[in-house]
Amino acid sequence: MGPKAGAILNLLAAAVLGLFLWWAEDNLDGYMIQILNLIAVNIILALSLNLIYGFTGLFSLGHAGFMAIGAYVCSILILAPEQKEMLFILEPAYDWVQSAQAPFFVAVAAGGLAAAFFGVLVGVPLLRLGDDYLGMATLGFAEIVRVLAINLPRVTNGALGFKGIPDHANLWWNYSWCLFTLFFVIRLIRSNSGNVFKAIRDDETAAKAMGIDVFRHKLLSFSIGAFFAGVGGALLGSLLATIDPKMFTFVLTFNVLMIVVTGGLGSITGSVLAGIAITVLLEWLRFVENPVFFGEWELPGIPGMRMVVFSLALIFIILFRREGFMGKREFSWDGAVRRFFRKAGPHGR
Amino acid sequence: MTWAMFVQHALNGLTLGSLYALIAIGYTMVYGILRLINFAHSEIFMLGAYFVLWGITLLYLPWMVAIIAAILVTAAIGVLVDRVAYRPLRDAPRISALISAIGVSFFLQNLTIVAFGAIPREVYRPAWLENPILVGEVRVLPLTLFVPALSFLLMLGLVWVVYKTKPGLGMRAISKDIETSYIMGVPVNRIISLTFGIGSALAAASGIMWALRYPQLQPVMGSIPGFKAFIAAVFGGIGSIPGAVVGGIILGVVEIMAVAFFPDLAGYRDAFAFILLIVILLIKPTGLMGARLEDKV
Repeated sequence: MGPKAGAILNLLAAAVLGLFLWWAEDNLDGYMIQILNLIAVNIILALSLNLIYGFTGLFSLGHAGFMAIGAYVCSILILAPEQKEMLFILEPAYDWVQSAQAPFFVAVAAGGLAAAFFGVLVGVPLLRLGDDYLGMATLGFAEIVRVLAINLPRVTNGALGFKGIPDHANLWWNYSWCLFTLFFVIRLIRSNSGNVFKAIRDDETAAKAMGIDVFRHKLLSFSIGAFFAGVGGALLGSLLATIDPKMFTFVLTFNVLMIVVTGGLGSITGSVLAGIAITVLLEWLRFVENPVFFGEWELPGIPGMRMVVFSLALIFIILFRREGFMGKREFSWDGAVRRFFRKAGPHGR
Repeated sequence: MTWAMFVQHALNGLTLGSLYALIAIGYTMVYGILRLINFAHSEIFMLGAYFVLWGITLLYLPWMVAIIAAILVTAAIGVLVDRVAYRPLRDAPRISALISAIGVSFFLQNLTIVAFGAIPREVYRPAWLENPILVGEVRVLPLTLFVPALSFLLMLGLVWVVYKTKPGLGMRAISKDIETSYIMGVPVNRIISLTFGIGSALAAASGIMWALRYPQLQPVMGSIPGFKAFIAAVFGGIGSIPGAVVGGIILGVVEIMAVAFFPDLAGYRDAFAFILLIVILLIKPTGLMGARLEDKV
């Protein structure tokens, strides 16, 4: 199959997705639509972490920080000035916070760019560190962002956060951003830079010996990952309509890491599939934490059970199937067609 | 600031610092031997305190018995965590074990929420720890003297184990070179279990004293002290036990003093340690007393 046929099939798949969303918008209830939205956002987040960790081998635990930056920047830009006046009750907002305004697309992109800017800012000093130290330092960065969000009430409204953020992030926006992320990451991975990323991941010393500018490529991967993490955070803020510093704790990073590891480090297909599966499971397990009623009988909910199940699942995957569902394999139309015909063809079973 | 207040802050800092130091020892011992950041260590700290509560409220054990039992059970859990979640990954890439450790940390934390609820619990403190003693103008809680003193005794015991006993010799050998130690007949797995046991027991002791000092139990209570103790271990030089002690005490004193001298910065208290971490990693990643770990090809 030539590249042209693949492109046509990709477009067809996108069209099918579009049709599905068009159908879903009118026929599914709000809860289902919310899950679909969360799937798109989680895929964006998983792809961004997979780019940083799965493809470049940079163990970063700073995702919650980048998401917080994206979410706050985007929310400030889309909240109406009157809303901001109502929100900032502790201390009035700075003038530039009060008057900042942008359309939704620009606001999300600005959230991503702000996150990428911070990615460069912390990446320049931190990316020299080795794997586990890098993880702890980026985790420290995320915590510092959270502490700043609490302590800068004139920008972030302190611990209260924002409420009533306009819910522009509908299915169309989320899935457009999701497809754009997918397209961008795939193109990047297949480019020369992508090969360099993988070389750094597999053996940094060897890559250096081959004359690769390791630091520059690490920084490139890290800041692009930060950009999409910021975009994901921005969409999430608008989707949930409320953000506060408590939201952006390590648990958020843990969920994204969970998706990436489950899907397979270094597999885009894996991140997409695991993004869908884990988002659905996370929502589905929510009922375990809420009380269940059988007539007059009440089975009390078990708070914390959801994360017990998920942390156990992560441990099992790391212990028994370290490469995740997909390993480093990817979906391709060629592979799908070959498999289909082998199964159905005269020589198949 | 009066002299009396300064002494009081210094003592408070010393108390906090010795609690950090006890946790930091566990991080530094495990890192020294396995090059693994034992993320679950902060949950071990939290479990120590919860087990005492369970012992007293559910099993009606007397105080001292409950505390000793809690330390033993926590040490056993530390060994179990290594056995189940880390040992199978000894030959895997280093980050796999770290991800496993993150998983264990969330698992233990949420299991405690399932068992005991997320609501903070009050801790009953015996009166003899609470009535302040007046030394000149300085008001001292017996607890502020008791915690550093007991911590110091525990650390002395640890130093004795590591530098004067045969298992201690094994620990030092493994931290130099795990494969050679194995060839030379050191029972590597048993020594690693012992290391986890000792580190967890010290963390449990710290958790119990923490609960007496700041009398509230929460399933998430381990996270922040755990991080800070890790930072203290890095600051002192990861892999070095004296480094962990010095790092912990410096961090505790500086934290209390910073808030005492600059009350405006109180909100940034938790960020301070992380900034310190990043600065150390950049300027002197080996810390105050650490040995160089070369990047071998």
